[in-house]
Amino acid sequence: MSLPVLFIARSELDQLIRTLADDGYQVVGPTIDQEAIVYGDIASAEDLPVGWTDIQEPGKYRLERRNDEACFGYVVGPHSWKKYLFPPVTLVASADRTKTGWQMSTPEAEPPRYAFLGVRACELAAMKIQDKVFLGGPFVDPTYQRRRSAAFIIAVNCTQAAATCFCTSMNTGPRCNAGFDLALTEIADGFLMEIGSEAGQALAARLTTAPATSEQLDRGTSARQQAVDQITKQMDTTGIRDLLMNNLRHPQWEDVANRCLSCTNCTMVCPTCFCSSVNEVPDLTGDHIDRERSWDSCFNIDFSYMNGSPTRNSIQSRYRQWMTHKLATWQDQFGSSGCVGCGRCITWCPVGIDLTQEVAAIRSSPSISPATEQVAGKSLEETES
Amino acid sequence: MKPAATAHPHNPWLAHSVRITRTAPATPGVFTCDLTFDDAAVRKEYSYRPGQFNMLYLPGLGEIAISISGDPDLRDVVSHTIREAGNVTNALAQLPTDSSIGMRGPFGSHWPVEDCVGRDVVLVAGGIGLAPLRPVVCHLLTHRDAFKDVTLIVGSREPSGLLYSAEYEDWRAGGIDVQVTVDRADSLWHGKIGMVTNVLDRIPLRDAKHTILMTCGPEVMMWYTVQMALGRGLSAESLYVSLERNMNCAIGLCGHCQFGPEFLCKDGPIFCYDQVASILKIDDL
Repeated sequence: MSLPVLFIARSELDQLIRTLADDGYQVVGPTIDQEAIVYGDIASAEDLPVGWTDIQEPGKYRLERRNDEACFGYVVGPHSWKKYLFPPVTLVASADRTKTGWQMSTPEAEPPRYAFLGVRACELAAMKIQDKVFLGGPFVDPTYQRRRSAAFIIAVNCTQAAATCFCTSMNTGPRCNAGFDLALTEIADGFLMEIGSEAGQALAARLTTAPATSEQLDRGTSARQQAVDQITKQMDTTGIRDLLMNNLRHPQWEDVANRCLSCTNCTMVCPTCFCSSVNEVPDLTGDHIDRERSWDSCFNIDFSYMNGSPTRNSIQSRYRQWMTHKLATWQDQFGSSGCVGCGRCITWCPVGIDLTQEVAAIRSSPSISPATEQVAGKSLEETES
Repeated sequence: MKPAATAHPHNPWLAHSVRITRTAPATPGVFTCDLTFDDAAVRKEYSYRPGQFNMLYLPGLGEIAISISGDPDLRDVVSHTIREAGNVTNALAQLPTDSSIGMRGPFGSHWPVEDCVGRDVVLVAGGIGLAPLRPVVCHLLTHRDAFKDVTLIVGSREPSGLLYSAEYEDWRAGGIDVQVTVDRADSLWHGKIGMVTNVLDRIPLRDAKHTILMTCGPEVMMWYTVQMALGRGLSAESLYVSLERNMNCAIGLCGHCQFGPEFLCKDGPIFCYDQVASILKIDDL
């Protein structure tokens, strides 16, 4: 939509939040909890991390005071919006013992209607990727579908970058181009507001706004440019699918396995990681069973358990699975990279493993391709039938 | 071989109520379990292709992926041959006839039985790997005139592990050349001893280039079977394997069954060898 960009005063942000709440939305956005900026319920602008920023490095995350009162003067924290669309624990089905046998059912409760306030460009890209995973078929996940279609999205353009950000390498940001109802750029005294949908336009019409002046537009442009200029991390994605798949036996996998703790942090904070497991949760009588889906991780040793042993028994094989899936086979499966360049996996890795450096290490010394390797010398006698 | 990529109208997490109509021991530690839907309408609607699998659900214990081993033309019961390998399968083996459990399915890709019309067919099964191939055997028998030579090579570690051995004579009578071999014979065994590949090496192939081969068994057995088949002049795009990984959701959403770029639950479990050749021998993939 090429509607004119509006200016909305800082003081009107509360009205925006109230209007969404009046419309029945649960407004969620960035807020400070346990010394990190996470996503939670937002009742007013006061709940936002006003005047705070984040300092991020591999294995490091700190909050610091800003010298202004910016509402969105930070980048992304350990949470992502997937916690609302693909909740960490969800009921997928239930079973009840009846006189005639077990009766299964699926939950029909109305899903919450979320308004996401403060979605960054890399996070819009992550949602688009998870849309492909959960809605792309042949099977559709009903939980994700309901929550996703009901969500109202207010994006925020980044005006700064962390040392771990590399969205420009992944072509996912920092500019929010599509996939939002409204998009904000924070400037002095308020925000530039772009309209991305009819629902966004309808909401904007109920707020006190003014057409943005050319001076305001210029301030927005330079604020957004500041984020671009601050990005230092890069990942060369040229031919990355074949680079990794042709190097499945590269010594770098062993090298990274010596550092990786297989703790699953990277997969928990990743906005696109979607692995899960369903667990049986019986009540005390055993006559009612809930089937609960929880986030799982390819770094958990029992994730690949089959016929008495895990398929990926080593950290080396698990790290390789994670990274080749994220950067290589994701392209085969869903037509895009699984990485949006948000840098969360780098920041929240307790030992500071940086996937961009792991890729660079493989790129700088590619080993022989598996196609040309001799097949492992197992004799026919080892064949079991 | 992929199922059509259309959104499923039915909630894919919803299991149907089914009832055990028969449980019978098959080989040591392996049993066959026949199920029928409680709801007659679901029973009527349900159909599957040879090679597809179901998720069998024991409430409170969990779900397991089991390939269907019945005759796809018989619609009243759905048959599964199952190894007692964990909590769910051990419990299922103990359930009496008429017990109620849950079932979702069918899922996954299927064996290329349509492509077999007018061609020679070789099936190579190792151990319980014959279970997912039994629907192919049934299909080939029912429509026997549509195919040229059909050979089934069955291998087992020992004679007691030969699955469906009581049916081999019927299959032979129906026009399938059933060749049986064991790794280790006992005193009563008078048949072949050796690997399935030894048998595959010796069977006559009239038209190797156009012969379709389907194999199911341990990965290493399938790999050597494929190498032998290629050596005998079969083409890579006519070789089919059935792969196995941990399965949890069966609908491509949970990530467990990934094997390189493939989700075994929706892209597999049946693959053309061509499609997976480059990743088959990578350790711990």
